[in-house]
Amino acid sequence: MGGRRRFSVGVMLIYAALTLFSLACLLPILLTLAVSFSNEDSIVQHGYSLFPDGWSLDGYRTIFVNKAIIFRGYGISIIVTVAGTLLALVVTTLAAYPLSNPNVKYRNFLALYFFITMLFNGGLVPWYLMCIKLGLANNILSLIVPMLMFNAFNMFLVRNFMESLPSALRESAYIDGANDLRIVFQIYMPLCKPVLATVTLFYALAYWNDWFNAIMLVDDKALNPLQYILFQLRSNIQMLEMLPKGASNEYTMPAESAKMATVIITVGPIVFLYPYLQRYFTKGLIIGSVKG
Amino acid sequence: MASFFRELNKNRYSYLLALPAMAYVFIFSYATYPYLLIAFQRFNYQKKGLMGLLNGDWVGLDNFKFFFQSNDAVRVTINTILLNVYFLVAVTFFAVALALLFNEIRHRLFIKFAQTTMIFPSFLSWIIVSYMMYSLFSTDYGIINKLLATLGIEPMNWYSTANVWPSILVGMKVWKEAGMSSIIYLAAIAGIDGSLYESADIDGATRWKKMTRITLPLLAPTIAILTLLNLGKIFYGDFGMIYAIIGDNGVLYPTTDVIDTYVFRALRKIGDPSNAAAVGLFQSTVGLLLVFVANWFTRRFFKEGALY
Repeated sequence: MGGRRRFSVGVMLIYAALTLFSLACLLPILLTLAVSFSNEDSIVQHGYSLFPDGWSLDGYRTIFVNKAIIFRGYGISIIVTVAGTLLALVVTTLAAYPLSNPNVKYRNFLALYFFITMLFNGGLVPWYLMCIKLGLANNILSLIVPMLMFNAFNMFLVRNFMESLPSALRESAYIDGANDLRIVFQIYMPLCKPVLATVTLFYALAYWNDWFNAIMLVDDKALNPLQYILFQLRSNIQMLEMLPKGASNEYTMPAESAKMATVIITVGPIVFLYPYLQRYFTKGLIIGSVKG
Repeated sequence: MASFFRELNKNRYSYLLALPAMAYVFIFSYATYPYLLIAFQRFNYQKKGLMGLLNGDWVGLDNFKFFFQSNDAVRVTINTILLNVYFLVAVTFFAVALALLFNEIRHRLFIKFAQTTMIFPSFLSWIIVSYMMYSLFSTDYGIINKLLATLGIEPMNWYSTANVWPSILVGMKVWKEAGMSSIIYLAAIAGIDGSLYESADIDGATRWKKMTRITLPLLAPTIAILTLLNLGKIFYGDFGMIYAIIGDNGVLYPTTDVIDTYVFRALRKIGDPSNAAAVGLFQSTVGLLLVFVANWFTRRFFKEGALY
């Protein structure tokens, strides 16, 4: 009996620990959500709170009335994410296919060629100078092309999946007169759906969350993606924190609730995609970790 | 030679398919290497192209000297390594602990709920996270200062106190990444042979015994491999994280400035590409060495986990 009781206390502790960590993960997000719906007066008086004194939609109203910048940022983010993900996916998949085909004699050389870039990169400055030289500054392409349009890790992920498909598939297609183009588009791509979904999500999330390209290559405000707009807004707030009290009057900051409302609408698309994201990401992580 | 062209011709579509990726990698990786030469020059915006690069004003190792003789070199190098070691240890510890805990319970609905909430932060950008941190640490409105005030403790100005930031950053890293990493360890646990547990049951092993004597030892190679792989990246700070959260807040540099943020500032804020390139080259070279060392260890101890 004694052993049994200890055992159930242990299980309860496990539940408690996991619940605690879950809540800790959720809390900052709920707090942001609560602030975005807070009444501005209650924030100024009592600070941020999970349960504000007064609820209000003013934060969102401010965005919808005045914030042409944010809507443009939204548009830029969507264009960059969609175009970037599609391009990256096609380039990645097409390169993975020959690497998975044992009949391609130089496939190991190709793999090495891609692999070296994972080991050594010239660093920020050479990359930056190359982008400038190619004219990838202050245009929409500078947000799409220099990023992970092609990512060797993702390519190896797709290749590993393709290698697990039976090679008889490819051979019988050859015998029936199909060439590699047909095989990759009509046979391999449909069969690789799970891994392609994973890689698509990897790319899409990376593009949606990217602001590095904007900070490096884009000065034109009209081209700022949503994340970068949020970044600039935050650096201004941080300056405020540094200034002595009272000196902050000359800055006209957006209302606290409006800032957090902007955060929430930036997270929005991720929340809607989350059920799919989670399923494929966890699956993809497992595919990738079994033999990465 | 003839066989080379025969092969190219035979599999021409295959090579053609790889061509866009090869070209891309060539342009953004291999073709950028010559620009590393500016680390040994005084950068001049007038001289463009490869010929300009070769005719630059050579200064030998001056840029490296400039970096290594400043206090910055020690500071950013130590910060980079320390923060990364903290991140690695903390995230691994929490991820393994979470995986072990999840493995002990069978309540499907609870597992689903807990994992869903724990994985969610990893989908957010560091910018978004920085806002959430602001709602916690802001001097005037932040929850933490409010909490301190109710407890009768003097509120702190977090954004100008450098020595608290390593802990805060480690906490945020765990918050954001531990849930996702635990999935990999859970997958590894799922791969453990079930008959081991059955025979342990027959021998009357408790759950705790099974966890410490079967699960953990069999998980150790996976932990070691992932750790070693990350060891190679230890010389690269998480620019996305640190710059999103710290930004240009100089007060916090003593504990948070890393090589990546230093290079970024040298290039974009101070406008000294030669100095930035020298520091970047130092970083890439040591990074490469670390990958080799990490891989040597992996090969020696866990052959199946080695990179090459």
